[in-house]
Amino acid sequence: MAERASDEIIRVVGLGKSYITAAGPFPALKGVDLTIRGGEYVAVMGPSGSGKSTFMNLLGCLDTPTMGDYFLVGRNVAHLESDELAILRNRTIGFVFQGFNLLPRMSLEDNVALPLVYTRIEREPRRKKAREMLAKVGLEGYAQSLPARISGGQQQRVAIARALINSPSLILADEPTGNLDSHTSEEIMALFRELNEEGITIVLVTHEHDIAVHAKRQVRFLDGLIVSDVLTPAHEVQPC
Amino acid sequence: MLGPMLGEAWHAMGSNKLRTALTMLGMVIGVGSVVLMMAIGQGAQYAVEQTISTMGSNLYVIIAGWTQVSGARTGGGYGFTLRLGDADAIAELDDVVTVAPVHQVAQQIVYGSKNWNANIVGTTPDYLDARSWALVSGHAFTDEDVRSATRVALLGKTVIENLFDPGEDPLGKIIRVRNTPFEVIGTLAPKGQNLDGRDQDDAIVVPLSTAQRKIFGVPFAGSVRSIMVKAESAEAMPLVEKSVIALLRQRHRLREDQENDFYIRNLAAAADTAAETTRVMSLLLGAIASVSLLVGGIGIMNIMLVSVTERTREIGIRMAIGARQKDILAQFLLEAIMLSITGCLIGLVLGIGGALLVNALTNMVIVISGGSVLVAFAVAAGVGVFFGFYPARKAAALDPIEALRYQ
Ligand SMILES: Nc1ncnc2c1ncn2[C@@H]1O[C@H](COP(=O)(O)OP(=O)(O)OP(=O)(O)O)[C@@H](O)[C@H]1O
Ligand SMILES: [Mg+2]
Repeated sequence: MAERASDEIIRVVGLGKSYITAAGPFPALKGVDLTIRGGEYVAVMGPSGSGKSTFMNLLGCLDTPTMGDYFLVGRNVAHLESDELAILRNRTIGFVFQGFNLLPRMSLEDNVALPLVYTRIEREPRRKKAREMLAKVGLEGYAQSLPARISGGQQQRVAIARALINSPSLILADEPTGNLDSHTSEEIMALFRELNEEGITIVLVTHEHDIAVHAKRQVRFLDGLIVSDVLTPAHEVQPC
Repeated sequence: MLGPMLGEAWHAMGSNKLRTALTMLGMVIGVGSVVLMMAIGQGAQYAVEQTISTMGSNLYVIIAGWTQVSGARTGGGYGFTLRLGDADAIAELDDVVTVAPVHQVAQQIVYGSKNWNANIVGTTPDYLDARSWALVSGHAFTDEDVRSATRVALLGKTVIENLFDPGEDPLGKIIRVRNTPFEVIGTLAPKGQNLDGRDQDDAIVVPLSTAQRKIFGVPFAGSVRSIMVKAESAEAMPLVEKSVIALLRQRHRLREDQENDFYIRNLAAAADTAAETTRVMSLLLGAIASVSLLVGGIGIMNIMLVSVTERTREIGIRMAIGARQKDILAQFLLEAIMLSITGCLIGLVLGIGGALLVNALTNMVIVISGGSVLVAFAVAAGVGVFFGFYPARKAAALDPIEALRYQ
């Protein structure tokens, strides 16, 4: 990954999204331009309703824009079939949600291994890889637990392990610490830092300044537009 | 890919056991009743076919009809319009293979301390040929026996069972019918029931002359109650029927305006009617049972739709981590198929069990053919695919972000 650190991984041009509501179309994103290179660590900030989640969902190929273009690793996503998008979500992108989004009836191991099911990996190598990932996020020994039996911080670690299992080049995290206390949040952020140091590009939404300073770059949204895009001052970047 | 998906489908079924069981119940009842009904229907068909094959093929029975006897009509089969000479004349007709006059009455038979009521069939040796009735042991009587009215008898299986001890050889033994002693010279192969459900083996076959002179006593010498006529082939039957009727009318000197004084019955036609009836019955039973299979299928569709709605969020999560539409489609389709196939297997077991129970309790013939089991299985799998497809497609067509937002 390191050798590709300067490659452009995300480029959006005039990207916009209007939701269709009862009161007519509602423009949640009004045309943003942004380029993110491989290995970057970007915090997306902004007040509630400014369009951050809308933006992230577009980046994650979960939703389709109503205007503009999105190039993911050089490919215009608008031109891709639904199967190709699924493959991108499966291999290129790891999505981490605020609400963890684990499948409640599956063991942690099976949850983590789930993306590999859609990569057509056999059961045994899948389990082995899932265990490795659980170990990486500090949850070895929890393979057979159910999501409801572990804490929120642990659930988010599992979700990160799941996002990582297919060695994606991009992690998208929408308020990953939103449901966690500050101590647990710090642990999760340390994990992200570690991943970024391994070369994985990270885009992370947060409301909190304390969280944002972990990132190297901060992009601020307001009313569906990007209003600032700055590097985090060196003295503020949290030491590892 | 299929392996883990099967596992998951199994898991999903297990996660709501009561619901799964109730959904499968529709399938269980559907398949169970199809299998049971087909077993009973095919059994009835088999029984009829079996009976037909024991009756002898291409047979006509001519029965003596009414005649004016001192001004009063006598009932069918009790007239004395048929004569031995008629039988001889019929034998001369084209396409007639065998003719056997028959005089048959039920009588008490005594052997030692045992007695039994059976049909005494007085006839000629050709009777056995006409009815394709084989001997198990001994030999048949001859035309000479008929001419000289020998007192010899061939015994049916039921008669033997009721008169003799198990293991006792009836050959050479003397039985008595109305005090007339008969020597047993042969035993007849079992035939089972006829179309009316009467036991064909409850009979003893003796020379016609002996029966008429020694047992029944006939008011008009030379008359017989019925004549069996075996035609050369099934194709020749209509022709034989026509010429028999023409011949008898001529011999009986009937005028144009007079009705036949005999009845002619085509046993094969009666059998065909019976076979057709049972065939229609088994089709009807199958059709009714299929309706319950359909209802079972609708039950599966219903529950799959509920399941898709309930698991919308799960579908969203799966899509977010890389499931393609066809993966989701396959997942739900597989679940539906698994539901129906599991239900089908249980239904098969219960249906076969039910059929065996019916057989044990009622002696009804049942036939469980591999074909009907296979058909039930294929139909059930088909039902799973058919009724599972719509919900599965609905799941696959969900928009990832909409599904993820679903609460
Ligand atoms: N599915 C939707 N249909 C209609 N309007 C929507 C939909 N999703 C979001 N919106 C609207 O779009 C705007 C931007 O929403 P978005 O979720 O992107 O904001 P956000 O920046 O993530 O806010 P928060 O910090 O609260 O998560 C909001 O005004 C919201 O009401
Ligand atoms: Mg948001």
